[in-house]
Amino acid sequence: MKVLLAAASGLLFGCGLALSGMVDPARVLGFLDPFGRWDPTLAFVLGGAVAVSGCGTLIRRRMRRPLLGGRFDLPATRPIDARLISGAAIFGVGWGLAGLCPGPAVADISLGLRGVLVFVAAMLAGMWVHRVTTRPARASGEAVTGVAS
Amino acid sequence: MIVPFDAGPALAGGALIGLAAVVLMIADGKVAGISGIVAGLLRRPDDGTGWRLAFLAGLLAGVPLVTAALGHAPHVRIAASLPVLALAGLLVGYGTRLGSGCTSGHGVCGLGRLSPRSIAAVLTFLATAILTVTMVRHVIGTVS
Repeated sequence: MKVLLAAASGLLFGCGLALSGMVDPARVLGFLDPFGRWDPTLAFVLGGAVAVSGCGTLIRRRMRRPLLGGRFDLPATRPIDARLISGAAIFGVGWGLAGLCPGPAVADISLGLRGVLVFVAAMLAGMWVHRVTTRPARASGEAVTGVAS
Repeated sequence: MIVPFDAGPALAGGALIGLAAVVLMIADGKVAGISGIVAGLLRRPDDGTGWRLAFLAGLLAGVPLVTAALGHAPHVRIAASLPVLALAGLLVGYGTRLGSGCTSGHGVCGLGRLSPRSIAAVLTFLATAILTVTMVRHVIGTVS
């Protein structure tokens, strides 16, 4: 059931990206180019998405646990730190170079374009580099010692 | 100058993306952050592997489904060269892990919670992305 639900959520997400034009790097780059021929599409897409997601937050706050059980797996509340800002800054540079971020990149795989495949392979490599170069989080000390890869 | 655009499909598509995030959170308590879901699959398989794979399979099926429904494929225009795309992919992969999220996790989900970290992350990656495009198109582009 949880797997079917996740697939349905992914499908909604992919359809939303495809319908809104966000699978097209040229449109995304148009939004990121306010000093050129500016394309406001992304602002409407993000606005629509955040409005619905905000309603979801209001519903979630009235619930004790998810409909299918378990618990709400929300990111722990942490301060804004240098890792967050530098990571976001690095991501933004990559996003601006290609016009692709992880969602549209994955959604575009089915088209089989070489550029998308190269981007996704490099993105996986970048994630892997982060994992092997980052010390296990200080949060759960002894639990992570000796766990290589 | 502003290019012609269609606010209707943009808002509707955006609402679907938001709905996807709400469904995943309300029903199963998970954040629909694509970079986190992908990175979760690079670890040793665990009980989160199944839903992550299923989500990505659904995400992959979105473009073919919309293509079938509309009768034509959505535009996907990539201008960057393969080496630039490889560099961009590395930066996106590394940066989204270091910064704990991307346009979906921080943008759609985090902004929907008014998370201060996500607001800071979104403002930061929008700023560096705009700076990058401006450099490539209007600064470097004009000298070469």
